[in-house]
Amino acid sequence: MIEIRHLTRVYDGVPVVNDVSLTIGTGELAVLVGTSGSGKTTLLRMINRLVQPTSGQVLVEGVDTATLPAHLLRRRIGYAIQGHGLFPHRTVAQNIATVPRLLGWPRARIDARVDELLALFQLDPATFRNRMPHQLSGGQAQRVGVARALAAKPDLLLMDEPFGALDPLIRAKAQADLRAIQQKLGTTLILVTHDMQEAVDLGDRIAVMDGGRLLQYDHPARILTQPAAPFVRDLIGATDRPLRLLSLKTVGDLAQPGDAEGPAIPPEATLHDALAECLWTGRTALPVQGGGIVTLDALRAEARPR
Amino acid sequence: MIRRILPALAGLALLAFLISPGSFAPLFQPFTRNNAPAIYTQTSLLSLTLSHLAIVALAVAASTVAGLVLAILVTRGAGREFLPLARTVTAVGQTFPPVAVLALAVPVLGFGTGPTLVALFLYGLLPVFENALAGLSNQPAPVAEAARAMGLTPRQRLWQIDLPLALPLLLAGMRLTAVISLGTATIGSTVAARTLGEVIIAGLLSSNTAFVLQGGLVVGILAVLIHHAFQAAEVRARRRMGLD
Repeated sequence: MIEIRHLTRVYDGVPVVNDVSLTIGTGELAVLVGTSGSGKTTLLRMINRLVQPTSGQVLVEGVDTATLPAHLLRRRIGYAIQGHGLFPHRTVAQNIATVPRLLGWPRARIDARVDELLALFQLDPATFRNRMPHQLSGGQAQRVGVARALAAKPDLLLMDEPFGALDPLIRAKAQADLRAIQQKLGTTLILVTHDMQEAVDLGDRIAVMDGGRLLQYDHPARILTQPAAPFVRDLIGATDRPLRLLSLKTVGDLAQPGDAEGPAIPPEATLHDALAECLWTGRTALPVQGGGIVTLDALRAEARPR
Repeated sequence: MIRRILPALAGLALLAFLISPGSFAPLFQPFTRNNAPAIYTQTSLLSLTLSHLAIVALAVAASTVAGLVLAILVTRGAGREFLPLARTVTAVGQTFPPVAVLALAVPVLGFGTGPTLVALFLYGLLPVFENALAGLSNQPAPVAEAARAMGLTPRQRLWQIDLPLALPLLLAGMRLTAVISLGTATIGSTVAARTLGEVIIAGLLSSNTAFVLQGGLVVGILAVLIHHAFQAAEVRARRRMGLD
């Protein structure tokens, strides 16, 4: 569990992060969202002390991070950034092995871990182990960057706009992969983004920041239906609100008994997908794979705040 | 292809000349007058060349160590304040004429190799220092950030990230210093250092153009070869990082 208590950072008399407190449960994925200059990146960087807090505390599993030497703290916290920051003079395997090597893992264990992570990120170890970073595509480099951050099995992973440099198609895939890997490993993850859609798609909880202050910290559905401030509502965007709400639930959640015409939709598809399918094919109900149907009326009811 | 063959041929020609200078006498004969000797034989050209190279290597090594250490000191922590001072010192080293350094150093160090080493060391400091400085300070921000965030200590960052990334530029600085020193070392012979300048000075004193020419040619070809070797090392280092 990560507890952030009254964290403040002042630059030249101006607070960039102003008295922020929030708690992130073990295994949760929290997204810090806000416009540029909102203080979200500074808040993230204070967690592994790349930025020294002016006041306040960060507790990881009950231990105040200020009591540890900064470099030892950082070896326990994974960190992945936009533009990946891979070391250009080191191979993919050497990049991924960075923190395990610092921690003095035996050679065989490091090699096994590198191959395990490459396989986890769908990069063939034999092909990619000895490549140099400049020989990777943007999506591959991004995956290696995240693999490097996860190498020493950190309990906490911090990500600063990790998908910012990827084109939309690759980004959607990378987001889905990250979510799957995070759930599989049970890693607590804090991710910074300026993209509300990304926050809604990924986050168990979303922290909305503006002008250094935390405006709202809640589950995505509540952020969408009960924005705590006008700024939060603006960030969501009034026209996208119902669609974002629909993207939070899957067809499986809404399936009811019945019969419907046409091709079936998989139960793990989002309600957003189901709505699109209804509109596109002119149907009022869709059969769900494995039984049941999802109706347009039910979708309509889900797209409104309750 | 031609970029490899030409230096190889030049190197072979130089080697042949140094091993058996006598066989090249007909080539240099047209540049002599009054039946003066065409080839310098006072001292073995091979031993002069080796001594010349040793002096240059020593001076370049000293400039590199000093320039690099200075660049490291002024790019971290409290050392940053001394950056303007370091720039001034190395620039003065470059602008102060080596001949004047020789003249000033002889009373202190006596005749011989010492004053030449001092002159070359000061003269070669600037290119190494400026290039090392550029290499250490112009690193990609995400790489520097990642290194810090992974938990590398400042010392580990220096050895494992900063220095390897600065290597191509450092090699370029060493190349400049080596080529400059190779030519400048010839003046060391005015204060009795054993360099190829001896051949050139003997030619000047006896109005023997052949001597001047062979001294100059040996130095020139050496400079081209060394320039080439450093450049090849730079290209390798840059390719590894995907810079070319």
